[in-house]
Amino acid sequence: MLEIRDLHAKAGDKPVLKGIDLVVRPGEVHAIMGPNASGKSTLAHVLAGRDGFAVTGGSVAWKGKDLFAMTPEQRAREGIFLGFQYPVEIPGVGNTYFLKSAYNAVRKHRGEPEMDAADFLTLIKEKAKLVELSDGLLTRPVNEGFSGGEKKRNEILQMAVLDPALAILDETDSGLDIDALKIVGHGINALRNRDRAIVLITHFPRLLNYVVPDVVHVLIDGRLVKSGHRELALQLEAKGYGWLEGGK
Amino acid sequence: MTKESCLSEYDRLEPALPGLRDLRRRAIARFGELGFPTGREEEWRFTDVSPVAERDFPHPDEEPDASEVEELASGPLAKSQLAFVDGLYAPEFSSPPHGVTAESLGDLLDRNPAAVEPFLGRTDGGAFAALNTALFRDGAFVRVPRGTAVAEPLHLIFLSTTRAKPFAAHPRILAVVEEGASIRIAECHAGGTSPHLTNAVVELEVGEGAHVDWSKIQREGPEAYHFATVQVRQARGSVFASHSISLGAALSRNDLGVLLDGEGAECSLDGLYELGGTQLADNHTTIDHAKPHGTSRELYKGILDGRSRGVFDGRIVVRPGAQKTDAIQTNRNLLLSAGALANTKPQLEIFANDVKCKHGATIGKLDPDVLFYLRSRGIGREEAQRLLIHAFACEVLDAVPVAEVRERLEEYLLDLVSRKAGV
Repeated sequence: MLEIRDLHAKAGDKPVLKGIDLVVRPGEVHAIMGPNASGKSTLAHVLAGRDGFAVTGGSVAWKGKDLFAMTPEQRAREGIFLGFQYPVEIPGVGNTYFLKSAYNAVRKHRGEPEMDAADFLTLIKEKAKLVELSDGLLTRPVNEGFSGGEKKRNEILQMAVLDPALAILDETDSGLDIDALKIVGHGINALRNRDRAIVLITHFPRLLNYVVPDVVHVLIDGRLVKSGHRELALQLEAKGYGWLEGGK
Repeated sequence: MTKESCLSEYDRLEPALPGLRDLRRRAIARFGELGFPTGREEEWRFTDVSPVAERDFPHPDEEPDASEVEELASGPLAKSQLAFVDGLYAPEFSSPPHGVTAESLGDLLDRNPAAVEPFLGRTDGGAFAALNTALFRDGAFVRVPRGTAVAEPLHLIFLSTTRAKPFAAHPRILAVVEEGASIRIAECHAGGTSPHLTNAVVELEVGEGAHVDWSKIQREGPEAYHFATVQVRQARGSVFASHSISLGAALSRNDLGVLLDGEGAECSLDGLYELGGTQLADNHTTIDHAKPHGTSRELYKGILDGRSRGVFDGRIVVRPGAQKTDAIQTNRNLLLSAGALANTKPQLEIFANDVKCKHGATIGKLDPDVLFYLRSRGIGREEAQRLLIHAFACEVLDAVPVAEVRERLEEYLLDLVSRKAGV
């Protein structure tokens, strides 16, 4: 479904990704772990199509198509979702209105009729239960005045509503207390299914206690230096990243 | 309209102008002294009026095109109580409300000048206001009697038609809202794709404890020059809110002056200018806190695209003795293109020591992080821009209390935004 081949990319002028190879199939949950500045967030942003990053080599195919030929909105409509490490606040744009616009943009792309406001409200209230987000936060402007945990839960709510084929969750666990982490982990687990792939990008292994990945990759200095099963994450928890960084 | 042609226009029209001979004579003399403002004057530093000063804009002699008037009438005029076409009252499109006086000022001056003379021309204003006083033929007179709460909003519509030659309208509005009375007024200027000058003056008296909410929508044609001088005097404990929306005209200038002339008076002045191409909108406001315990809130927002320019100059005066004054002024500008320009200038002149006055101004672009966030959710670039521009404007739009005006504005603005986003 997602095939990353020898991907090189720069953030600004600085080479960050130095040859990434990764294949993600439907239903799989991959964890990409790595120390700070190893290229984790760059990978997420390059896949989502953010400005300021230049792809300098390699290719990414999404369902057989060239991902880099698509605008960010096309990627989203084709089923790629990025959960942000730092979700932005958007004063003046209501959370529900925003989600409805996004949802209908995706439906339109799929050739489905747009959903009206009343039906959408029913849908979003149902989905909000999944991450225990109160109705009040649905009517407020997007993320404005939300706590750190509420912002991350709002990201998972968006994922639930948009129903992507691939969710890339960038440091979704950062800044969460243990209760919020449980809620977010529960939300992600509820969204796991045979058709949906999930890529968890994280510094700390603790999220993986709640969301158990099929594969764990370690990203160091722009390369995936090691892949393994869940035990690899436990090893990282015990030993840190140092033992893998020696070869640099 | 050179100064000389204005003076001869006065001589030509004077015998036929309704009432106020002395006032008009003084006004044209004052205009003769002042002449049109130039960029050397601080108050006109950013706004070049030479397109108006170097070309003639006489009162039109011929009747407007009937079919165009008919067409305009079915659109913006549909809800009007008082309609004016090229500056003259159009009774056929007007349905004055009950319970309140709202009528043609020109008719009233012909019939009973004593009823309005005491209220007219109480403040000087600048050259444009003086020219209006000298030349105005018509306009609206509104009087809300003591203690009367007018439930329905009053719509005043000023339409310009399209003509072969440039022309001018100098509409005048006088509104007297007496003690304890309340009214919502919506003033709209629209129409006309040929060059014309609108030079309006509004004088508003807000009596003790009275409430007035005034929306002004300027969406004149692309070759219009729109000037407006608005003078508001508030008595003790009165509340005045204004919403000044500038969308049209090649050049527009609003001079809004509010005198808080009684203790505990409150005003809130909102403004929105949404411009593209080479449009210029200049808003000058003066809030004069003359008495203690006054409150003023001011929020002007600009959305500037193309090579347009928005000017905001907000002056707040707190006179000696106007203690416990509480004033906040904010001007925010959103630049949508590299060629757009915003000038903002706060002026606080405070002569009392126990006051709270704050001001702030910003000039910025759409936040690329926010745009990316929206696009990463499947919302297209144009739609994302539209959402964000609307979000920026809604702080001012949402406060417009007259529902049909607010809704029409939202539609118009979104339309404008989508057209511009496509460029």
